[in-house]
Amino acid sequence: MSTPSPIRLHKELSRIWDTAPGLGRLSAVNHTVLGKRFIITAFVFFTIGGLLAMLIRAQLATSKNAFVGPDIYNQIFTMHGTIMMFLFAIPMFEGFAIYLLPKMLGARDMAFPRMAAYCYWCYLFGGSILIAALLLGVAPDGGWFMYTPLNSKPYSPSINADIWLLGITFVEISALSAAIEIIVSILKLRAPGMTLNRMPIMAWYLLITAFMMLFGFPPLILASALLELERAFGLPFFDPTRGGDALLWQHLFWLFGHPEVYIIFLPAAGAISMMVPTFARHELIGYRTVILAIIAVAFLSFGLWVHHMFTVGIPHLALTFFSAASGLVAIPTAVQIFAWIATIANGRPKLDVPMLYLFGFFVIFIIGGLTGVMVAMVPFNLQAHDTHFVVAHLHYVLVGGFVFPMLAAAYYWLPHFTGKSSEHVLSRPAFWLIFVGFNLTFFLMHLTGLLGMPRRVSTYPLEAKWDWLNLLSSFGSFIMTIGFALFVIDVFLQMRFGTRFRRDPWTAKTLEWATPTPATSYAFASLPEISDRADRLEPAALGPKLARGEGYLGFTRNNWMETLGLDMMTARPTEVIVLPRPSFLPFWTGLATGAFVLCLLFKLYWLSLVPFAITIGLWFVWTLTTGGRTDMAPLDIGHGQSAPPHWQVERPPSWWAMLFAISGDAVMVTSLIFGSLFLIVVAPQWPPQAFATVSPWLLAAIVWGAIVAALAGRFALKQLLSGTAPLAGLSVAGVGHLVTLTAATIAISNMGTLTAHSQAAMLFALLAMAALHAFIGLLLIAYGFLRHFSGKLSALRSMDLRIGKLWHDATAVMVLACVVAALVLQFDLSSARLR
Amino acid sequence: MDPAGPSAASVATLWWIMFTGGTLIFAATSVVLAVAWAKPRLLGANPQRLLILWGGLVLPSIILAALVFSAFALGERLIGASGSPAPLRIEAVAERWMWSFRYPTNGAVSEQVLHIPAGEPVEFAVTSEDVIHGFWLPRLGGKIDAVPGHTNMIRLQADRPGRYGGVCAEFCGEGHEIMRFEVVAHPLQEYEAVLDRLAAGEAP
Repeated sequence: MSTPSPIRLHKELSRIWDTAPGLGRLSAVNHTVLGKRFIITAFVFFTIGGLLAMLIRAQLATSKNAFVGPDIYNQIFTMHGTIMMFLFAIPMFEGFAIYLLPKMLGARDMAFPRMAAYCYWCYLFGGSILIAALLLGVAPDGGWFMYTPLNSKPYSPSINADIWLLGITFVEISALSAAIEIIVSILKLRAPGMTLNRMPIMAWYLLITAFMMLFGFPPLILASALLELERAFGLPFFDPTRGGDALLWQHLFWLFGHPEVYIIFLPAAGAISMMVPTFARHELIGYRTVILAIIAVAFLSFGLWVHHMFTVGIPHLALTFFSAASGLVAIPTAVQIFAWIATIANGRPKLDVPMLYLFGFFVIFIIGGLTGVMVAMVPFNLQAHDTHFVVAHLHYVLVGGFVFPMLAAAYYWLPHFTGKSSEHVLSRPAFWLIFVGFNLTFFLMHLTGLLGMPRRVSTYPLEAKWDWLNLLSSFGSFIMTIGFALFVIDVFLQMRFGTRFRRDPWTAKTLEWATPTPATSYAFASLPEISDRADRLEPAALGPKLARGEGYLGFTRNNWMETLGLDMMTARPTEVIVLPRPSFLPFWTGLATGAFVLCLLFKLYWLSLVPFAITIGLWFVWTLTTGGRTDMAPLDIGHGQSAPPHWQVERPPSWWAMLFAISGDAVMVTSLIFGSLFLIVVAPQWPPQAFATVSPWLLAAIVWGAIVAALAGRFALKQLLSGTAPLAGLSVAGVGHLVTLTAATIAISNMGTLTAHSQAAMLFALLAMAALHAFIGLLLIAYGFLRHFSGKLSALRSMDLRIGKLWHDATAVMVLACVVAALVLQFDLSSARLR
Repeated sequence: MDPAGPSAASVATLWWIMFTGGTLIFAATSVVLAVAWAKPRLLGANPQRLLILWGGLVLPSIILAALVFSAFALGERLIGASGSPAPLRIEAVAERWMWSFRYPTNGAVSEQVLHIPAGEPVEFAVTSEDVIHGFWLPRLGGKIDAVPGHTNMIRLQADRPGRYGGVCAEFCGEGHEIMRFEVVAHPLQEYEAVLDRLAAGEAP
């Protein structure tokens, strides 16, 4: 194919990739647009969370303050934590990841652009539900970690807690989808030649973070679903008077909640690892060591959730194990910090505004890390737990470890967003105000905490003599706010008055600076070949070459939005990924999902089936435009090479997405089984007076159906590959899933009351989990039929059935596990109980 | 930090050790960062080895190992202590938003005021009637959660007779901040009489 002139190529690509103006913006699926939307929306939520923090500080400025009463105050601090954790930190990093990843990796977009758009709408709608609740005065008020029984029905009877459980789960599912998209994009969508050990270090950070989200969020989603079941239908999972256990919530929550801290820190550390080399003018020292350190952090972070629970009455020896693990996590963190210092020592560092914010990070984060080691020590924890010392510690870690690096990142990548270089007139005063204000606010909280001031109190007595410390804290928070206001003004001024630059204003060595700035929708006019570590490039020289179409895919074809898919290990192109065009479907699907959530919130359960069905129907509509109806010869990708379209390979991105979705699902099922065993062994009021039982025949039918479905799913694929229509295989698999679904439904309806004891409730949850798997299996069978009858399947175009096969196999395993757990639940295992 | 019991006192000691150590580490790291920025030659020809291996790996490992072991030993003394039977046990029951105490020696009960002997360890059996609360006597030592359906133990001691404050440490709803109680430590020889008066329903 002949290469057009750079200008014509740019015009052609823009016509195909650009998002339409006006209302057409709602159809955006482009990563540059969505990344910015995530970042801006997250910043808006940050502002709201910040204003709530100001109210907190106004209230605590003096003793016996009557500014707001405890009812309002409880909503304020609960929402402050919830917003900052779920609506600011996670989406902010997702925004950076979505915007930057394709550009750093040399791809034109993320793997699932419509999914990214859907994630955005879910995030926006879910977040809006919470903010609306805040404005209406019915916001969650039971603390951002939603401890039971405080947030169970008897003690929080109104809608507040439901809003948290449903709204946050809505946002979490969005984050989980984003995690899968990030993983697949990093593993599959890179520039040819960029093997894993050549990736820019931030891609490693984001890859590992996304895996942590994949394994960390399912326990919380599960716990939220169980608590909502308890609140809505009286199923006692956490109610200690009916065989539930308040501590089950804490285990599931912190199993998510501690990895969450590193999920927030690691992307910021990734940004630091990009900025420090640029300003040290030396490549990152210890690239491999840093990767090992991140992996170590990820593993350790799943082994120390109990350090949030030192005071709940767990034996001291067990606590010491978690205490040691918590201390241990300081080591890989120290390794990263010293790798950055070593990079500085090896280079010729220059001070610029992003670096100034990174100094702020160093100071604050190191203090936060040191106090972290302190509170990890059991005896000290027993004293400091639930006091303002912990409040101080967590703000040093999260603001130091996330907000300061993100402010640095904002200044660092702002020229990439705007195409204008920075004039740093206000940036330095803004930094000093934020830095001084922050330390004044939070350093003093260490002291009030040590003096015995508990957290989450709206007033404190005058006799306590905490007045002047709190007043100074509040004063500091106002200084910090002025700093943030200055930051916002600064960013606006730079967008408005910055001077244009050509490429790579910081002389960075990574690929994102080789795109045109402000970034075009297609990122690269052609994709580079990478033959060295991707932080040793010369963007200023590489950029024009790519713009001239000298790389891969330097042309347009069929009005397709194309990028390359690679073999994960060798990084050779294996497929041309044809991405979906802009579409309103994600918006409508997000809206339907939001309507479903609102129905659940207002307890309109029968009505909720309508938006539920619409959501699923729309997902089917999504797939109508994908794939091909004829087998194609491999497509030219430039440089004399060719590759088939992605629907003609065995393992396209969507196959990997299914595989990772199943891993997350496995964590969810494991958490549920853990929950059952936990209740059997630990919960009060066990064993129940009367055991709920399920006929072994029904259990056998549930397993049998799932196994038949798995075998028939495999057979369907075999049929397709041998050239016959897979109708027999799909039909039998459908029958199998139907048997599982029916048997589980009958079993549940035969169980009698589910609300008397957690044994019955857990049995229900396990059976429902099995039924849910079969239901999704049925949808995939329907999808298989749809693909067959629309002519999208052939021996060469088999990916849809391969994806189905993955799910049917996984369903067999998960259903079997659920049934085994259900069997165990029906026996009196009193002898296995603790104590 | 104004410890009034052995438990709080040893935690205070631990705090001062960690505070000093933490300050030293912070200062050292800051100096290293400043040197790396301004005078990297001071770090030798091969700074990464020195920094990452020693600063990142070896030093923190040693410090952490020492800290975890000493904290474990201290913790065993404070909460592990299952070997020696405590002479006195008091049951503390939390409910929104008040504390009640039962003294099994003679079945006396008191509300919002906890009577303990001074100079004698007391084992508290803590539980809750409704949501999770936190039993905390800041000047006497650590805290333990009052979890409904579970009974948790903590051992504390007041060195001298006097009045101390107690609070609910775990957020428990609207009355959380007013869920305070008072601890009265009586001289040991008067304590039995106090409990007798309590049981008889008189002012202690």
